[in-house]
Amino acid sequence: MSTEAHEDRISSVSKKFGITPEDYMLPARHMINLLNVDGTLREESDQGTEPGHEYPLPSPAELMDAYSALAVGRRVNDQNSALVRQGRMAVYPSSHGQEACQVAAALCLEESDWLFPTYRDTVAVLTKGVAPMEVMTSFRGEWHCGYDPKAYNCAPMSTPLTTQLLHGVGVAHAAKLRGENTVVVAMCGDGATSEGDFHEALNFAAVFKLPVIFFVQNNKYAISVPLSQQSAAPSLAHKAVGYGMAGERVDGNDLMALMAVMRRAVRLAREGNGPLLIEAHTYRMQAHTNADDDKRYREDSEVQEWIAKDPVTRMHAYLDDAGLLTEEAQAKITERAEAIAKKLRDGMNQDANTPPSELFEHVFASKTTQLAEQQALLADELAREEA
Amino acid sequence: MTATTSHVNPNVSDATARAAAKAATQNQPVTFGKALNTALADALVANDSTVIFGEDVGTLGGVFRITDGLTARFGSERCFDTPLAESGIVGMAIGMAMNGMRPVIEMQFDAFAYPAFEQIASHVAKMHNRTRGKVDLPMVIRIPYAGGVGGVEHHCDSSEAYYAHTPGLKVFTPATVKDAYLMLREAIDSPDPVIFFEPKKLYWSKEQVDLQVLASDYEAKRAATTEGAARIARAGSDATLITYGPSVSTAMEAAKLAAEEGISLEVIDIRTIVPFDDETVCASVRKTGRAIVVAEAQGFVSVASEIVARVQERCFHSLAAPVLRVTGFDIPYPAPTLEKYNLPSAERILDAVDQLQWEA
Repeated sequence: MSTEAHEDRISSVSKKFGITPEDYMLPARHMINLLNVDGTLREESDQGTEPGHEYPLPSPAELMDAYSALAVGRRVNDQNSALVRQGRMAVYPSSHGQEACQVAAALCLEESDWLFPTYRDTVAVLTKGVAPMEVMTSFRGEWHCGYDPKAYNCAPMSTPLTTQLLHGVGVAHAAKLRGENTVVVAMCGDGATSEGDFHEALNFAAVFKLPVIFFVQNNKYAISVPLSQQSAAPSLAHKAVGYGMAGERVDGNDLMALMAVMRRAVRLAREGNGPLLIEAHTYRMQAHTNADDDKRYREDSEVQEWIAKDPVTRMHAYLDDAGLLTEEAQAKITERAEAIAKKLRDGMNQDANTPPSELFEHVFASKTTQLAEQQALLADELAREEA
Repeated sequence: MTATTSHVNPNVSDATARAAAKAATQNQPVTFGKALNTALADALVANDSTVIFGEDVGTLGGVFRITDGLTARFGSERCFDTPLAESGIVGMAIGMAMNGMRPVIEMQFDAFAYPAFEQIASHVAKMHNRTRGKVDLPMVIRIPYAGGVGGVEHHCDSSEAYYAHTPGLKVFTPATVKDAYLMLREAIDSPDPVIFFEPKKLYWSKEQVDLQVLASDYEAKRAATTEGAARIARAGSDATLITYGPSVSTAMEAAKLAAEEGISLEVIDIRTIVPFDDETVCASVRKTGRAIVVAEAQGFVSVASEIVARVQERCFHSLAAPVLRVTGFDIPYPAPTLEKYNLPSAERILDAVDQLQWEA
């Protein structure tokens, strides 16, 4: 755990790439981007070919899987927004526009790896394998997170931002002490990088050399406050150097680039090279939640600019041009997306029916005398109401 | 944050460590600090998933030497230093507890735990509940607290009310050497997160306790449970002093002085603020008919206020006088030269006893 050992690790991995430790930790000169906005492949020279920052194209099968999850993610986002408008969900922070980041964050992981999401990362949670209705439980006004984190290796979606990054650090630390090679992807947004726990989590992960990927979706706004008012840093990915870890910037609307960057990050982390910080440039195309009015803080022209960079149409265009997305394949994906959307509609159209007595059940492993008294009090009150 | 700790006389703990080592061989009295240290060591032996970490707890053995020798004995994977960041320490412990470990972490001083408050209130306290009971957080946050040791500012807070007020946290505070051992073992074995408040001024207090016997009693489940089980520290019949942690010894002193004047005071050490033992407390008050709550923390919206409320709700018809409080004043904890004016004293407790509407 000494500083010396820490430098050794960075220098050995950089040696492997034939670059200096500084060049290993510093993000590539350009944001990693493999697909143009129109879905065509970028020119070779721009395709993440800098020494130590090389990103070969993911395989067609990998891309098809990722696209399928992407299309499902988009459908789920839009279905949930509709359910909120219909009054069937209490609130939904949509990741519409950020689905490529969502999908990559989960697909780069093995089943035994852990994901630490925020409330906007429902599509990542879904992609990690959590059942659709379980993912959305908290947004229908339930008091619990809806799923068993240990069954999916997926933490509850965190509302106090960046607090969960430290939990990810802890999960990785416990695994490391037991000699397991679990990797953790811990997610937050650009605004959350202002939080103290962001700093503490990155620092702890680097000091203890833990396999954690800090994945920042820079969607340009923290509700209404633009990144320029969060940080004077020209790049969030470059913060990595300050902690002694490697950083990278990636086009967050380019699923191909995201898959390449995240898979490499996971591999490096799993090989024992410590944590990495990945900044994905993306855009929250819709308001913060249904309760927000984004017209108060941004121009429609800006939104339109980003709609032109949509991650779903971009990937669709590439796969279509490459002849990978046959009509049959597309039909299958649509069918899958619709089936999940229907599951959500059917589920949300049924009222949550949690017995109020359960409110007292999970405060502690077993109820205290005082909680039992209060539970009885409520039961008595309800019994009298019914009588 | 360690810059000012030398004020708490580190030489005392060195001397105590030497004395404790001697005690182990000669069956001499052991200190409160040694009991905690032994409990930690025994918990590391008992369960491979127990890990200890915090600021200066490794090589140094903690500023109060409570983790003394643990890194040397168990290795730096079981007891280690962290960067200086309390939210980070608690946050990382949460993740480790989620993933099968039993972290026992140290906040160096009461007031230095405040940066971790969000992690404690929003996650430590709620993880079990928001996962509908699927995720336990078996972790202990040790906090040296309260004054009486000449500590400078930010080193002497009695912060127990913040944690006791937060549903989902258990709050323990031992007052005897024996309890220091037993309660820490129980806290570490609890499936629930425990905030473990250690009264600083008791670290060097001594008792004739055979820790080996205590350990084997605990492990064989022969020792009585302390959680939610208040202790009658002194039996009496005229009035009840309800207290905990650093104030227990003060209440005992007051009871001794009162006895000399022919007043028999019962002293109840509640041991665990959460869960609270209403039964033992109320049985005593129903018997004596008079009660005073003694606590070092400032009195306004305090644990003492809560105990008064509970007692009058449950024992109203047994009471011969209003339930009184002797607490610290509602002021920031005073400088070392002035702390004696703030701390509840035996004299102040006896003054309160005088006000319990005794019949002439």
